[in-house]
Amino acid sequence: MITLQNISKTFDTAGGPLHAVSYASLHIQQGDIYGLIGFSGAGKSTLLRTINLLERPDEGSVIVEGQDLTKLSVRELRKKRLSIGMIFQHFNLLNNLNVYDNVSFPLEIAKVSKAERKQRIENCLEMVGLLDKAKAFPAKLSGGQKQRVAIARALANNPKILLCDEPTSSVDPQTTGSILAALQEINRKLGITIVIVTHEMNVINAICNKVAVMEQGQIVEKFDLREKNIVPQSNIAQFLFKNEIVLAGEREVQYA
Amino acid sequence: MLDNVIYAWPELVQALIETFYMLILTIPIAVAIGTPLGTILFLTRPDSFLKWPKFYLILNGVVNLVRSFPFLILMIAIIPFTRLLVGTALGSTAATIPMIINAIPYFARFIEQILLDVNRGVVDAAESMGANKLQIVWKVLYTEARSGIANAITIVTVSFLSYSTVAGLVGGGGIGDFAIRYGYYRYQTDVMFVTIIIMVLFVQAFQFTGNFIVRKLDKRL
Repeated sequence: MITLQNISKTFDTAGGPLHAVSYASLHIQQGDIYGLIGFSGAGKSTLLRTINLLERPDEGSVIVEGQDLTKLSVRELRKKRLSIGMIFQHFNLLNNLNVYDNVSFPLEIAKVSKAERKQRIENCLEMVGLLDKAKAFPAKLSGGQKQRVAIARALANNPKILLCDEPTSSVDPQTTGSILAALQEINRKLGITIVIVTHEMNVINAICNKVAVMEQGQIVEKFDLREKNIVPQSNIAQFLFKNEIVLAGEREVQYA
Repeated sequence: MLDNVIYAWPELVQALIETFYMLILTIPIAVAIGTPLGTILFLTRPDSFLKWPKFYLILNGVVNLVRSFPFLILMIAIIPFTRLLVGTALGSTAATIPMIINAIPYFARFIEQILLDVNRGVVDAAESMGANKLQIVWKVLYTEARSGIANAITIVTVSFLSYSTVAGLVGGGGIGDFAIRYGYYRYQTDVMFVTIIIMVLFVQAFQFTGNFIVRKLDKRL
């Protein structure tokens, strides 16, 4: 479904070149919920953003459904982006448009007729349980509701892939649950492939079937979480996996 | 005491009409040209959407150049150009030429700044949905910036009410001309006082209306 081959991306910053991603390769299959985990600055968001070329990699190829996106013209790329939805940490809704018009936005870009837009907007809002908020403006919604509007917006053009850039990092833990549940439902019901960037192991454990661990711009390890015995080799992966166990242990002691 | 005011009243009304005539010509033209100009400034800035660094350098320089003229000096300096355009350098219509020339880059700078304040994440989102640059400007930037633009129009209107008085110095008519003749040459403090009251009321009305529209347009809070 998605193949990233030897992706590298360097940013010119005031403090010199920053190697955000170095020779990262990844293969994501149809129907996966693929997690990309790492700490701040590990390059996971940059890598995710190369999948729809919001960041154009300096090297490497981005192959989505057999097409190398880096070789497409600007026009072809825009068309391709219609089939790749994306949600963000800070939701990035248009604050001056109500919920209905926000979901309408990608459909207008795709030149969908008004009657069909209405149908699809209502379907998408129903799917995320916010049909009753259609006339509300984003400022009046909670973080979780905003993210679900963003999900509805990302789904409006019936994408095959949904990219999630830290979708739960600015909401409280309860809301995280509702957002992850919505993502899982989308994956199961609509068969949409999901790639999710996070720094929380909880998120990975809750919905991902595969995960790649990133550190300093490189993918250090990949796991298929359906396997029984996962033995992390790298320090970072050990830390991430162990961190979780330690927390659970502490909790048991406290309540004993 | 009111004799002076009653005597000057018809002229005061005439002066106000001239001032509003100048504003009604200046502000819409400044908005119509300043908005695309400011948008182009924003789009061609370093690290923005269009990588035209030389174009930006030139445009930015021109905007700064026009902005660096004190208004009275601009008015006098472009008299030949004004004559060429409207056939005379006297009267309210002639006065609007330097006003428009001054207002366009002024308003463009406002637009550039307002667009810079639009959250880049929303632009990212629109790009991820396959929007082209024109759609991003029209549907994203202007939608998110609309209350800021309304606010800028209010500020520019109030500023140019003030600038229009400078026109009075060089035969442009309007409220400035009136103030010079009655307040400065004739020392009619009472007429001056009434004029000031009227101006204060107008500025308050502009600002009140502007703020009202801004509040209507702004759904961010």
